[in-house]
Amino acid sequence: MKRLLWDIAHARSGDKGDLCNIGVIARRPEHYPVLLRELSAERVRVYFGDWCRGAVQRYELANLHALNFVLHSALDGGALRSLRLDRQGKTYGFALMRMEIEV
Amino acid sequence: MTKTEATEPYRIAGASGFWGDREDALAEQVRGGPVDAVMLDYLAEVTMSILRRQLQRDPKAGWAKDFVVALEPVLALIVERGIRIVTNAGGMNPRACAEAVAACARKLGHRGLAVGVVAGDDLFERVDDLMAHGTSLAHLDTGQALAEVRPHVQSANAYLGAEPIARALRQGAGIVVTGRTTDSALALGPLLAHFGWRHDDWDKRAAGVVAGHLLECGAQVSGGNFAGGWPDVPRLEEVGFPIAEVEASGDFVLTKHASSGGMVTAASVKEQLLYEIGDPRAYLTPDTTADFTSIRLDDLGADRVRVSGVKGTPPPAQLKVSITVAGGFRTAALLTFVWPHAVERARAAEQLLLARCQRLGIELEAHHVDLIGISGAHGPMAPALPAGTEPNEVLFRMAVRTRDKLHAERFAREVVPLLLAGPPGAAAGPGLGGRPEVQPIIDFWPALVPVSEVHPTVEIVES
Repeated sequence: MKRLLWDIAHARSGDKGDLCNIGVIARRPEHYPVLLRELSAERVRVYFGDWCRGAVQRYELANLHALNFVLHSALDGGALRSLRLDRQGKTYGFALMRMEIEV
Repeated sequence: MTKTEATEPYRIAGASGFWGDREDALAEQVRGGPVDAVMLDYLAEVTMSILRRQLQRDPKAGWAKDFVVALEPVLALIVERGIRIVTNAGGMNPRACAEAVAACARKLGHRGLAVGVVAGDDLFERVDDLMAHGTSLAHLDTGQALAEVRPHVQSANAYLGAEPIARALRQGAGIVVTGRTTDSALALGPLLAHFGWRHDDWDKRAAGVVAGHLLECGAQVSGGNFAGGWPDVPRLEEVGFPIAEVEASGDFVLTKHASSGGMVTAASVKEQLLYEIGDPRAYLTPDTTADFTSIRLDDLGADRVRVSGVKGTPPPAQLKVSITVAGGFRTAALLTFVWPHAVERARAAEQLLLARCQRLGIELEAHHVDLIGISGAHGPMAPALPAGTEPNEVLFRMAVRTRDKLHAERFAREVVPLLLAGPPGAAAGPGLGGRPEVQPIIDFWPALVPVSEVHPTVEIVES
């Protein structure tokens, strides 16, 4: 069944220079395996299109039922260089939450 | 330290997440219930270059003056209860900040208050020397050599750890003011001073780092900016800032004052644990490398979350240096276009402005258009409007980057004329349609320096 990622997870994102990290947290423990299966680093990289110009790394935090994604070259040069509305990637977590996944 | 003190938890409160956070948070943390120490973070990555410019204009400036504004109303209570205050509000000029704190204390009649000054993080004058002696200061992410942008370097500060803060506290400082330190050091410093954790007790240090990480962003861990269920957060208008009740083992309970709004749950703590981290197995600080995958959370209910089991390993042999580099100028046009064809008219405005730039010789390094209300924040991730739907209005934003300040200023003067000389149905953007402000671009340049090249200093200023 197709669902929005937002239905089974919540997220927080922020910046480190031109890197953006997005922490994705399963709302319930049984959703964590779905995150592991559906959210590959490559899928997240493709999803962000030309807004993420570098690699994406995925880290697993089974203890928190969470994944951490690090997006390189994802903030148009970083907070004070970026010309985007959201210069620090604060809303990127919500952008990811609207991804359609198979549950 | 007596035996009873060792078994009592040590309560550290967070009261500032950045320069500009709520100025009454410190007073609320001090008045709202028992706390032993309060940490206040004022420094974002780019704050140091702003403070350097202030310092260049005035040798007594270059630090976050908001700190003294927050401190003054509760200084008497802080002195009376012996609450320790630790802050990086010193920025580029911790000595001047400490002197301002001492002056404030004298004004209120408190003589003999010891204010610790932690410095030695500022490497600006040593950049060439470091580069000449084998420290490349190459960009940590891109590998680019600093030499390529050397004339544009505006500041260079190493991230210091918790040791010098602990030293200042052991020397009797009631308030400690630092320059650039890791945010977590503002919590670990008082913990080291209180519990006397051994230098190589990596697990306890890592627990202190995790406590600091949870406290450093103010209300963001206690109900603010909480994606995982924001409608359920009670009384955000009086949100309680966080408190860590730390045991001698390093385990701690994250909570807030009972009377305050907001909430502390496992989910709110998880969001903050994941905030601005890279590899969770190796959260690097000068004091230890913390493993966030070892953290155990237990939601005890009633706004109490227990954090235990944190593992640490030795820190890296190098410190992170935050260098800022001047990188040109930017400005942005903002105009509202209304129904009908708001999107098409916004696109026409973009083409018109680009054509004007060409005619006037305004050289743009880059430009970027946001259609706010359509795709401003989420760009390529925002789905298209359903076919046949027209937005009621669109806020057109066109941001540009120029090498030369005059070109950005000339662009800024081209924006408002569009109200009379552009596509129809335009209203001025927010800010009542004055000319947009031109801002300098400051690039953040992370690099590494060997620990042996950095020499933290501690001194005490008395009121």
